[in-house]
Amino acid sequence: MPAQKPIVEAQSLQKNYGDLVAVNSIDFKIDAGTCFGFLGPNGAGKTTVMRMIYCTTPLSSGQLLVNHLDVMEQMSDVKRGIGVVTQDDSLDYDLNVLNNLLVYARYYDLSPSQALERAEELIDFFQLNDKRLENVRVLSGGMKRRLQIARALINKPNILILDEPSTGLDPQARHHVWAKCHELIEQGVTLLLTTHYMDEAEQLCDRLAVMDQGRIIAEGSPWDLIRSEVAPQVVEIRAEGKHRHAILKKVADQVEDHESLSDRLLLYTRDSAKLYADIHALELPLKTLLTRRSSLEDVFLKLTGRGLIG
Amino acid sequence: MTTPRVSIRAARRVWQRNATVYKRTWKLNILPNFFEPFLYLLGMGIGLGTYINEMEGLRYIEFIAPGLLISSIMWGATLETTYNVFVKMNFDRIYDGILSTPVNPKDLALGELLWGATRGSLYGGAFFSILFLFGMGYHCGILLMVPLLFIIGFLFATIGLLFTSLIKEIELFNYFFTLFLTPLFLFSGIFFPLSEMPALVQQIAWFTPLYHGVELSRGIFLQQWGWDLFWHFIWILGVTTVNTLVVLKLIHRRLYH
Repeated sequence: MPAQKPIVEAQSLQKNYGDLVAVNSIDFKIDAGTCFGFLGPNGAGKTTVMRMIYCTTPLSSGQLLVNHLDVMEQMSDVKRGIGVVTQDDSLDYDLNVLNNLLVYARYYDLSPSQALERAEELIDFFQLNDKRLENVRVLSGGMKRRLQIARALINKPNILILDEPSTGLDPQARHHVWAKCHELIEQGVTLLLTTHYMDEAEQLCDRLAVMDQGRIIAEGSPWDLIRSEVAPQVVEIRAEGKHRHAILKKVADQVEDHESLSDRLLLYTRDSAKLYADIHALELPLKTLLTRRSSLEDVFLKLTGRGLIG
Repeated sequence: MTTPRVSIRAARRVWQRNATVYKRTWKLNILPNFFEPFLYLLGMGIGLGTYINEMEGLRYIEFIAPGLLISSIMWGATLETTYNVFVKMNFDRIYDGILSTPVNPKDLALGELLWGATRGSLYGGAFFSILFLFGMGYHCGILLMVPLLFIIGFLFATIGLLFTSLIKEIELFNYFFTLFLTPLFLFSGIFFPLSEMPALVQQIAWFTPLYHGVELSRGIFLQQWGWDLFWHFIWILGVTTVNTLVVLKLIHRRLYH
């Protein structure tokens, strides 16, 4: 069997809104059956990339193939093969839960009997049985999101696009959504998501493209990114500026890299236990001193000099 | 870039979505459509008609009824493609959901036009049935009104959607209704014949949609068959076609950029 072609492929993908360059000539390939994430702060261009993939905004230049179809030439066919969960809730508030699914199924030309069968399956899978005939208004945030995902799956798409799937959800609802995403990956669905949450990216994604200001600034598996961009461990300190300076001077030889933020000093190292002990031994008045393993947040800090949120 | 062709099937899906929503509340919705003509005919036709004995040789109620019927289509169809479309497009985000399916912006626009025409026809149909009660329109030629209800509904749906596709603030609809539709309602020959008006008024009227609908409807109701009816019909068809092409393009640009 020949090597599989990527299921989504972008070449020199560019999007301008007037003078603003929202997406700046990026390339990426996504393999079938994986979960690919675009990680970056708000305004990085993630949603614009998604919208180009699901054909609600045209490319300014470049090429984009989804399921081997050109998004500019075969819009309807591209959209027939994918499911989309938009960032803002786009449920139909004039309809109840079941009708949201049935009416959506019609847009894909499912027959009424197919639609009903599929809708019942999805209501089951997303545990919305109690709310079957309720108006969408009465659903909790987590249920609404689940219904949106259910709706996006009505056509059995092989690609599911999730734009910020857990933004605005409480922790329990987030975990529920993630669990469902894992099940979908196991069923062979390719997941494409955007997020500005580290934990979400780490939990779900096989590969990540880190985006900032319309560009992809790093790409790889979450683990690869952490390993290649930063030292494995971090000592995090909250203290007054002069103490932070003193610490930096004293332990400079143990520190591979550091980030001085407005509220914290981050020291990247290979041996956090020793570094921690040495700093502790200085007996300075510190508000916080803790060690942790490096995360994607650190990767992002290193790459952009800024945090992901805020 | 090639713009995909309009899919009638996808447009029908959008129409069906609206019909599904309407089905839930149609009984509540449709009742006022019957009261409104009844009140108009009672108040203006009989009330005012007591003082106006005759208009162009007709009882006043018979003079105004065919035109009022057309104006009810106008209100019904435009209400649908102005406020309702604007809310679906900008507040409820329903279109975001629809456009990520195989339905494209032009299909969506066509679906809304068909639905606007349907709502207009329902308004007109209700009015029509009340006219029957008042004893008007008992002849075979009246059957021509059936397709006409829908065509005129479609015409006004395109006019409403045209305006909607151009504005960003919902408040601007006040201008559309007060400065465009209300003058049409008053000066399209529904309540008094335009032939008595200055030539300029008549010339302006020729360029407006309601006038042609009113003339056509009155001609059919009173069985005044003639070429002028044909030309009114051609005017309506022509403007509807041009409007449709323009509005599909505008909505495409508005929703896909």
